Amino acid sequence: MRTLRLLLEKEFRQIFRDKGLLPVIFILPLIQLLIMPLAANFDVKNINLAVVDRDHSTYTQQLVSKIASSGYFHITGYHNDYTPALRQIEREKADIIMEVPAHFEQDLVKENKAFIYLAADAINGTKAGLGSAYLTSILADYNNEVRLKWLPAQPAAAGTVDLRFSNWFNPYMNYRLFMVPGILVLLVTMVCGFIAALNIVKEKEIGTIEQINVTPVKKWQFIMGKMIPFWVIGMVDFTLGLLLARLVYGIIPVGNLALLYMFLAVYLVALLGFGLLISTYSDNQLQAMFVAFFFIMIFMLMSGLFVSVDNMPGWAKVIAMLTPVTHFVEVVRMIVLKGSKFSDIQFQLLVEVMFAVVLNGWAILNYRKTS
Amino acid sequence: MNERAIVCKGLTKRFGDFIAVNNISFDVDQGEIFGFLGANGAGKTTAMRMLCGLSYPTSGEAAVAGYNVFKQQEAIKRNIGYMSQKFSLYESLTVKENIRFYGGVYGLSDRQLKEKGDELITQLGMENEVKKMVGSLPLGWKQKLAFSVAIIHQPRIVFLDEPTGGVDPVTRRQFWDLIYAAAEKGITIFVTTHYMDEAEYCNRISIMVDGRIDALDTPANLKQQFRATSMDEVFYALARSAKRSAD
Repeated sequence: MRTLRLLLEKEFRQIFRDKGLLPVIFILPLIQLLIMPLAANFDVKNINLAVVDRDHSTYTQQLVSKIASSGYFHITGYHNDYTPALRQIEREKADIIMEVPAHFEQDLVKENKAFIYLAADAINGTKAGLGSAYLTSILADYNNEVRLKWLPAQPAAAGTVDLRFSNWFNPYMNYRLFMVPGILVLLVTMVCGFIAALNIVKEKEIGTIEQINVTPVKKWQFIMGKMIPFWVIGMVDFTLGLLLARLVYGIIPVGNLALLYMFLAVYLVALLGFGLLISTYSDNQLQAMFVAFFFIMIFMLMSGLFVSVDNMPGWAKVIAMLTPVTHFVEVVRMIVLKGSKFSDIQFQLLVEVMFAVVLNGWAILNYRKTS
Repeated sequence: MNERAIVCKGLTKRFGDFIAVNNISFDVDQGEIFGFLGANGAGKTTAMRMLCGLSYPTSGEAAVAGYNVFKQQEAIKRNIGYMSQKFSLYESLTVKENIRFYGGVYGLSDRQLKEKGDELITQLGMENEVKKMVGSLPLGWKQKLAFSVAIIHQPRIVFLDEPTGGVDPVTRRQFWDLIYAAAEKGITIFVTTHYMDEAEYCNRISIMVDGRIDALDTPANLKQQFRATSMDEVFYALARSAKRSAD
């Protein structure tokens, strides 16, 4: 125990004397938490719409003003022909073209049906998809209005199904409510993942690890001596982030804080084990940095932070499940937004415990005092 | 003490096809100052790392402080001190904190640390540097401190790998005073060096060429054997026959 205490004393002193490292550990993550949620916003607004109007009727006018008043679209121009509208897309001035054919009003009144043509610039897939979806729903709405106006005397024909839905746990679909807890995970993961990955290898570079290897310090003591300080840093960082989320974004975890911290505690052990494992395999800090970067990129993109894991193909889901980050992102959102209980997260907790045991066991095995 | 500090028989280390240390055999007595010489790349550091329990030998036998280098590395580590080519104290810790850390991991109590630490600092004349970061000390002082820390737990043997590389002559002289003081207390000194004047200070020296030990005796006997007037000439005579290129 005394050896472990000495190792901890040494590590903490080294960390707090490293004037370059301290801001990276404590200040940068908080700045990122202030900036990233504002930028990482998936709501699609300001979709530029070019209208090709070959009909010039009252109906077209009504339709266009309905679209404009939705708040999602910005009408960039009216054209008489398709070609100039397509030029607008080519010049990136427009995202979607809506073409109203000639005799639109006439067809609608006389024949009870009419066509509208939509063309979306799919280079920005999200904007094209969501924009078309918004437009379709506005058109459907418009369609209903027209039907009701024209067919007031035939109530039997108004048998449309009206869908109403409410969003649970995040009633206003506030994007930040969803992203901030996720970004908090990202920050803790980046900071702890990198400093752990760089640490043992730093001692290798300087040569002090050779001195440690020739002392009676045991392998587990050495790994624990590295693990505990970073674990504490992770806990502090997460707490600071949680406070910031409350002060700036008004996000107060719905669920039990003790449960959240219990999961965080296990997650950090798993994550740090991973970092230390990289460190034991690397020969220098540059190597460790690149390897850590490679994996942390995968963690970030596959963890369901930005893209829902449920939407991934089967093989990608398997990869996602094999990263400790995925489960933590899920659980943080569950506890913070839904107020999930222990019974709801026990599977994820079990998985995280397994990660912690395997990664750390591996790191201890791979760290060799005698080579 | 009659027991040999180091007994080494046919010790060999291969890295693939390359035989870094080729079948070396020698004994070192307790309290002896044993110089371990050789050109760069001759295999000194590899041999020393095996004896310290940092590296597994490929074949052969060796016992350090009575413990087997194949199976009892951790027991060896409790009984030796080691000072590597690379400076190995923590530069962002103070002199006192380094003493406390390294002394502590060898199991010295707080009281022993205080006693030993004070004694060491007085011996080195570093009373005013106790609270300074080790990184801010001049190289010569760092090396003397590193040596003193390496023997703070009174090991049976201390391994020194080119401890005086890059150090000025005055400090080297002081460094050897420290080595003699340690030897007087019964600590066996196993030292590698490229300075032939330092080789003369040793009780016995071995000279490694291409992974083998080509000569082993007292400096006086070696000079006689090679009909040389100085250790320099002995070294040249042996090192010239080396096939391996220096690194």
